[in-house]
Amino acid sequence: MTTATTSPGATAPAVHTDAQLLERSWKVPIGLGVFALVAIILFVVLGRDGQSVFSFTASNANAVQLPTLPLGARATGIVVSVIAVLMAAGAAVLVQRRVHVPLWYVAIYTLTLVIGFLVWTTTGNTLHITGLLVGSLALSAPLIFGALGGVISERVGVTNVAIEGQLLAGAFVSAVTASVTGSLVAGVIAAMVAGVLVSFVLGAFAVKYAVNQVIVGIVLNVLVLGLTTFLYQTVLVNNQTTLNTPPRFHNIDIPLLSQIPVIGPLLFSQTVIVYLMYIAVIAIFVGLFRTRWGLRLRAVGEHPQAADTVGINVARTRFWNVALAGAIVGLGGAYFTLGSVGPFSQNMTNGNGFIALAAVIFGRWDPIRATLAALLFGFASNLQSVISILGSPVPNDFLLMLPYVVTIFAVAGVVGRVRGPAAAGRPYVKS
Amino acid sequence: MKLELQGITKTFGALVANDHIDLEVEPGEIHCLLGENGAGKSTLMNILYGLYQADGGTILLDGTAQHFAGPGDAMRAGIGMVHQHFMLIPVFTVAENVMLGHEQAKLGFLDLPAARAKVREISARFGFDVDPDALVEDLPVGVQQRVEIIKALSRNAQVLVFDEPTAVLTPQETDELMAIMRQLKEAGTAIVFITHKLREVREVADRITVIRLGKVVGEASPTATNSELASLMVGRSVELTVEKSGSVSGGHALTVDHVTVIDARGQVVVDDVSFEVQAGEILAIAGVQGNGQTELTEAILGLEEHVTGGIHLDGLDLRQLSMRKILDAGVGFVPEDRQEDALVPEFTIAENLMLDRSDGEPFVKRGTLQLGYLRSFAADKVKEFDVRTQGIDTLVGRLSGGNQQKVVLARELSRELRLFVAAQPTRGLDVGSIEFVHERIVATRDAGVPVIVISTELDEVVALADRIAVMYRGRIVGIVPGDTPRDVLGLMMAGEVPHGTEVAA
Amino acid sequence: MTGSENTAPESRSARVLREIASGGVALTVLSVILAFVIGGILIAATDPTVQQTAGYFFARPTDMLSAVWQSVSGAYASLFRGGVYDFTAPDFQGGIVSLLSSLNYATPLIAAGLGIAIGFRTGVFNIGGQGQMLIGATAAGWVGFALPLPAGIHLIVAIIAGLLGGMVWAGIVGLLKARTGAHEVIVTIMMNYIALYLLQFLLHTPVLRAPGSQNPQTPAEKPTALLFSVFGPNYDLSFGFVLVVAATIGCWWLLSRSSLGFKLRAVGENPRAARVAGINVNRTIVYAMALSGLLVGLAGVYQVLGQNTTGFGSDIDAGIGFNAITVTLLGRSRPWGVFAAGIVFGILQAGSNTMQVAQGVDIDIVTVIQSIIVLFIAAPPLVRAIFRLPAPGSRPRAARSKKVAEAK
Repeated sequence: MTTATTSPGATAPAVHTDAQLLERSWKVPIGLGVFALVAIILFVVLGRDGQSVFSFTASNANAVQLPTLPLGARATGIVVSVIAVLMAAGAAVLVQRRVHVPLWYVAIYTLTLVIGFLVWTTTGNTLHITGLLVGSLALSAPLIFGALGGVISERVGVTNVAIEGQLLAGAFVSAVTASVTGSLVAGVIAAMVAGVLVSFVLGAFAVKYAVNQVIVGIVLNVLVLGLTTFLYQTVLVNNQTTLNTPPRFHNIDIPLLSQIPVIGPLLFSQTVIVYLMYIAVIAIFVGLFRTRWGLRLRAVGEHPQAADTVGINVARTRFWNVALAGAIVGLGGAYFTLGSVGPFSQNMTNGNGFIALAAVIFGRWDPIRATLAALLFGFASNLQSVISILGSPVPNDFLLMLPYVVTIFAVAGVVGRVRGPAAAGRPYVKS
Repeated sequence: MKLELQGITKTFGALVANDHIDLEVEPGEIHCLLGENGAGKSTLMNILYGLYQADGGTILLDGTAQHFAGPGDAMRAGIGMVHQHFMLIPVFTVAENVMLGHEQAKLGFLDLPAARAKVREISARFGFDVDPDALVEDLPVGVQQRVEIIKALSRNAQVLVFDEPTAVLTPQETDELMAIMRQLKEAGTAIVFITHKLREVREVADRITVIRLGKVVGEASPTATNSELASLMVGRSVELTVEKSGSVSGGHALTVDHVTVIDARGQVVVDDVSFEVQAGEILAIAGVQGNGQTELTEAILGLEEHVTGGIHLDGLDLRQLSMRKILDAGVGFVPEDRQEDALVPEFTIAENLMLDRSDGEPFVKRGTLQLGYLRSFAADKVKEFDVRTQGIDTLVGRLSGGNQQKVVLARELSRELRLFVAAQPTRGLDVGSIEFVHERIVATRDAGVPVIVISTELDEVVALADRIAVMYRGRIVGIVPGDTPRDVLGLMMAGEVPHGTEVAA
Repeated sequence: MTGSENTAPESRSARVLREIASGGVALTVLSVILAFVIGGILIAATDPTVQQTAGYFFARPTDMLSAVWQSVSGAYASLFRGGVYDFTAPDFQGGIVSLLSSLNYATPLIAAGLGIAIGFRTGVFNIGGQGQMLIGATAAGWVGFALPLPAGIHLIVAIIAGLLGGMVWAGIVGLLKARTGAHEVIVTIMMNYIALYLLQFLLHTPVLRAPGSQNPQTPAEKPTALLFSVFGPNYDLSFGFVLVVAATIGCWWLLSRSSLGFKLRAVGENPRAARVAGINVNRTIVYAMALSGLLVGLAGVYQVLGQNTTGFGSDIDAGIGFNAITVTLLGRSRPWGVFAAGIVFGILQAGSNTMQVAQGVDIDIVTVIQSIIVLFIAAPPLVRAIFRLPAPGSRPRAARSKKVAEAK
């Protein structure tokens, strides 16, 4: 035997990666195919006869009105099924050619199926599309704030299951502050401060004391729920007029844009909080991927030791970005009160924080995708309440279940590969 | 820039990792820091880089004393480091990794074009072929290392530390790295090259400092022979002698036939290895750390996923069996990493003594732990194996390394064995414990059990082995008799087969 | 978070001593005291009399101080009265009713806490108590109101159905973790909501909804399926408590006396060494989750057959799934520790009802106190800093193994 100068190891990794790529990609066409099959069964085999009328009228009279759109249930079902089958096949062809199936492709596919589902489920009724979408955005707004906070927190390496608590704290404090001061701005700022305070506890325990982040998050949720309920019952209930009658944000129509049919009332006739949300989504997306702040934040969440070796203070970066995340989630909390109903009520966030967490994961820790996930979840939730009034053949509880089911599929690796920030949840103990 | 380390001392609890170490590196010089694993090289460099604070001693750059509170300070002073485990963010591009920590920005927005230009400029200077926009995780290991080098150079590092840089490289990549180091040296960089690989040292070093057990044990020139360097590195200070009679062959017991192991990263770590171990003999597998020994033992024990070839014990096909069944078939195993793989530190001595027998008699009957039996068993074994402890309920994590290893040995040797595999059985132990462990291993052999000992310590290999297999880069360089001279073994550990050596296959 | 448990009986006194010395018990007590102090501040600050007297604090400070004393002492005294022993009651029977009611409140907390503790000891984080309870409660409740079975057998079948329900719901999570590596924290949270909406769906169908009822509520349980009172009607202590005592003994046996428990603990403490020792780590994790769900299911059983026997809705879990996590942390994941912590929380819960009626202090103050206790317990350095206690001599495990790993 002599010294080996060739090493097969040099070529081995490439083979390995190829195999992984192949395995990963087939999931999309298979998934699309399964849903196409479901579409055929629901819309064609179990198809219903009759018509569904889509109405595009909006409550604000400014917008240009569109005519209503009657759709035959069975015909639409067949068309949708055919498109679904074709697109699934198309995805298979793409994968065969080793082309990554793009997000927009899946989005169009999903949209088609959703339209098919809407027609099928509302057969014999009129569906107010604009109302459906406006309601969806309303339900999505706090989810989006929560998800954005979650993205920042997890990207910097701190698992945040306290989103629920931060939302609730924001809702409570904003209602009280706005009631006392009569100022919406003060209310919003107070909500952000409340979110930051919850984050301070999370940050101190998770970063300084290296306590298990999930434990701290869970306990914080319980603490905030207990505290707000206690204060609500002891203080607010007896002083509703002085302490729990906050002003509310009014919708602001953006000139011209708000007159676009459907889109106008949906996106450009909204409250300041929603406009802030647009800004937040874009700012965080750009910030995370284009700025020094984002680069360092992601570095700390992916590989804290590497960040440390280039002179970035890991603990400080984590603590203050968790605080920032708290401010954003707190703002979302204000939406529950100042942005919609006004007064605070007991446990009014009702698990929205956990849906936001689901959106973070389903959105793969990306602000845009997480926002889309939150919109999807908000849509499913609103659709549920709309069609339950219309008397749908589908039990609406299953629509409410949707966010959670898809998230489980996502973490179990059924829908694509989900990989979070490598160091999320792990305290960084410097030696 | 000239680097001087004077009297650097660092302790971790009772362990003295660095004991008054002096080191001097001139600009345009490659200074090799040679030493076995655990000799204290990485600790020393982490101190230099500001990751650890020294307990004593000074760092001088061009004659000026430095105080590094963190890596940021060290980098600003002109020190760069190519870490053994790359400090790169896998999901970042090359340019992002290079700019991280000293980003150029316009109005807060990253100036990626500038970073790309920087990467291209440095790449061009050294003839690297690195795409600034490639994701680091998609790059081969050798290229990732170049990114580390670019990272250091982009901060104008004038002292560059390479910490075990070749551990993860293929031979070609290693050769290319050597060329890069020479280039850097020509450019006037002071280079510290940490390694335990003799061939590389002789190839590029201008000066060599050898560290052993946290102390500088000598300087050598690059003209020194491999065996001189090897003996300096592994030392001969402790003469280990074990009373040992000639081995009595009991026929073939374990046959390993063309075994290849591929690790999780897809690298071939054990490459077509074949050997046999007979009942009543000790086969020592020698070699420098990281040449496939660990993976080979894990393959025998059923702990590796991707194994090809045949492993048979007394005709039983071990590759068909689970870890549980392999243990039940009578294979005793002392893993290399005691703390992580062999013991549960939060369990008591008694509990650890039954750790790999938690399924059946005598410790478990009808699903119930037989605590009475366990107590008497543990008391016996603590006595028999001379575990120095207050009692069998002491948590194993509170024992010294030597006593921990005795617990592992007591557990493994108190079963009916048909094969005994001990990996680095005396690493980190005191001399007394080493002797004890060696005696027990020889006693096991004398009882007619085939024994495999994996060791990086030449002393241990020579003291124990009936036959010695030397591994190098995943292959067995040769199998030689137990009385083979050290210098021959040293050469073999560097991958060379000396002429006139009888190679027993 | 999981401590070690010495199995040897004669070392128990030594262990207790060591824990007191290392501050384990002292820290728990101090955490509880701190939480009560903070709770007291909240009670005082929200008391109308205190607020009133604070208005002229500088004129007559004693007014406010006595108001503070009145509100806080009154609240905590009524907490004791409602949770431990009603010293205002005319006889022993009336007095001890408080403690019995606390034990009844403690029953589901202990059961679910034990389940979560088994997860913790194996290194898996079961925060799906809510979902497992809902499924367990649904299964047991359905058997209880829908199946006409003879007395005795009916209760047994209902209990088994509930245990299996919880076990299956948690077992899914275990399987997903073992098969795909899906993180159990995320999956259990999601499974909570899936269970909730599944139950809500069933409550809208004839399967669960009471005939003729407009509310999403089941019919009342049949009397043959109910957990009866052990000491008769005058001393109301549910048979569920007996079950929970048995479960605690069972868990103690499992964790410190059984082969399976040995493997669970080995996997929880050092999965790498467990694997090398021939223990099938993935299978052990599935067992741990299944057992965990089984015990949480028992909590669900108690809720429908012991606590809320007149029919249940989707809020039958009553937040116990999450409260049990705090119980487990307070009990440091040891069976008898969880048992004791469950009783403490049960006392707080029972007492808070009296406190609300007698003093007008909202019951949610108890939730606040509970979560603060756990926060303090989770961060010993914080409590030490507050009380200026010295740090203990032993270093935490994480720090140690890291040091060793890097000291080369």
